[in-house]
Amino acid sequence: MPKVEFWQGNTAVVMGAIAAGCRFFGGYPITPSSEIAEIMAAELPKVGGKFIQMEDEIASIASVIGASIAGLKAMTATSGPGFSLKQENIGFAYMTEVPVVVINVMRGGPSTGLPTKVSQQDVMQARWGTHGDHETIALAPASVQECYELTIEAFNLSERFRQPVILLSDEVVGHMREKIVIPEKGSYHIVDRKRPKEDPEKFVPYKPDPEDDIPPMASFGDGYRWHVTGLTHNQWGFPTNDPDIAEEKILRLMRKVRRFKGEIVKYDTYEVEDAEILVVAYGSVSRTALSAVREARSRGMRVGFFRPITLWPFPDDELRGLLGGVKSVLVPELNCGQMILEVERVVGGKARVFGKGLVNGELFRPSEIFDFIKEVA
Amino acid sequence: MPSQEVLNWLRTRFFPHIWCPGCGHGIIMHALLRALVDLGKKKEETVIASGIGCSSRMPGYIDACTLHTTHGRSLAFATGVKLANPELTVIDVMGDGDCTAIGGNHFIHACRRNIDITAIVMNNNIYGMTGGQASPTTPVGAYATTAPYGVLDVPFDICKLAAGAGASYVARATVAHPLLIEKYVRNAVSKKGFAVVEVVTHCHTQFGRKNKRPRPIDNINFFKDNSVMNNKASNMTLEELQGKIVIGEFVNIELPEYIEQYKNLIEEVGGNRG
Repeated sequence: MPKVEFWQGNTAVVMGAIAAGCRFFGGYPITPSSEIAEIMAAELPKVGGKFIQMEDEIASIASVIGASIAGLKAMTATSGPGFSLKQENIGFAYMTEVPVVVINVMRGGPSTGLPTKVSQQDVMQARWGTHGDHETIALAPASVQECYELTIEAFNLSERFRQPVILLSDEVVGHMREKIVIPEKGSYHIVDRKRPKEDPEKFVPYKPDPEDDIPPMASFGDGYRWHVTGLTHNQWGFPTNDPDIAEEKILRLMRKVRRFKGEIVKYDTYEVEDAEILVVAYGSVSRTALSAVREARSRGMRVGFFRPITLWPFPDDELRGLLGGVKSVLVPELNCGQMILEVERVVGGKARVFGKGLVNGELFRPSEIFDFIKEVA
Repeated sequence: MPSQEVLNWLRTRFFPHIWCPGCGHGIIMHALLRALVDLGKKKEETVIASGIGCSSRMPGYIDACTLHTTHGRSLAFATGVKLANPELTVIDVMGDGDCTAIGGNHFIHACRRNIDITAIVMNNNIYGMTGGQASPTTPVGAYATTAPYGVLDVPFDICKLAAGAGASYVARATVAHPLLIEKYVRNAVSKKGFAVVEVVTHCHTQFGRKNKRPRPIDNINFFKDNSVMNNKASNMTLEELQGKIVIGEFVNIELPEYIEQYKNLIEEVGGNRG
């Protein structure tokens, strides 16, 4: 019998991480993500894992990257201001191709903002927070169940693609308590990073596997010696200014994700077949949006619902395929218009796109989104 | 010439190194490698971490598990490595700017936490790589590109900082005393706990040119003439110690080590069974 619990989203993130094989957590207290660190502190040593409270946000992501290089699945959790502080080292993990999972429980910003209130203002920070080109993978859970399942997925993607994966939770999803059915061990897929097979003396640490553009990864301590640097590097991991090598490094970082976009993107739909109005929403907002769409349907309105689960890469082909009879696309989000830019790009003028932002720290009521639908209809 | 054992620890195919001719960093790297050879360390079980700066390029030249991280943050990366795999010998090599300015917070907390890592701080009193800007260890009155009229603020004493923050082992040598560096590094790496070896070195290119020590030998002679062993220094007055570099071992004590404590915790909560 699968186990049923009544958990908050932040608890589900921890339990999902441990189920995924996470054995290291480096953290720093910040609302509204602190429960993740607190529960990790209690749970990780019970499975032989390591929890450490570091001296600041920067150190916590640094420790996580170090632990991952030493072979453990590792993650950290934070919120807006802490996410900003971690960005340089997140970029280090992109460049050095180290798998790490970063949970960002979004709160109102900018700056200290509204620490205890919900927002979706970090959609673009997740995409472009660190400097330099890179492909982002970010997942947005909308339920406690998804906090568990998508944290496992975040580890799987991170291990597979050797790069950071962001779980963009939000204050409502993180703190809301609801029923969760714990998947039984063995019922879900677990991915571990590819390990090198060759003799350590012949190991070329950044030589990509032509199959997927991803180099197998050795851990410090398992017999291989290699150099890790945030400088642009050649296949031996050693710094270089060679223009061809520098370009190929960045292009490969992009390519290793873009090639497999179709396998990464996740989304959800409801009543899209004959929809003339499509509501696009994610995270906590998707719950009130779905409620409003159901209400509209019950009144005979042709309204459908599209929920990106991977915010990055954005499920653009998938959304494009649903636009046939759609005349209006509605994008309610808890910011002044971030994801709508992706929606507008995909729609490309073929339908009208209307945004509705809310940045007062509250969540939309279903009636507000229903009224939004009525205005457009 | 380095011994064959030392050469075996070098990635000579990545030479030439980036350091200026006459730089002190090579003396320190050689002493570090002699200490590792002497201790019988294995390359595949030794991690050399660093941040950003001239000194931080050292790990690239060492044929071990090497980790060149972001500016100031190497101790936090090294903490993750060591906690994840306590069997590894972890050494963190830093410059004065890296360790005491941008990385100051990580440095004092690594000392406080007393995690079994050795920090080697190469103190040349300047930001060399970026062109000779003042660092937290540039002496008052010395000239730097960001202190064209002389430095106003008082420098850190890195050893006092480490001792005050709780490190198990703290020592200082200069590049004029390579055997002393080797001995202190050997003691530091053998110490179960956080160990700090400050090595006073020179940047004749960026610091020396502006401060009347333009040639490498001017600096070596300066260190020879002005270093005082700490047992001798303890009998000297403050006036006599003015401008002197006090070298020696300042702290060498046994303290509870972080990872040992964490292992005990795992055992207490039954985590070693899973």
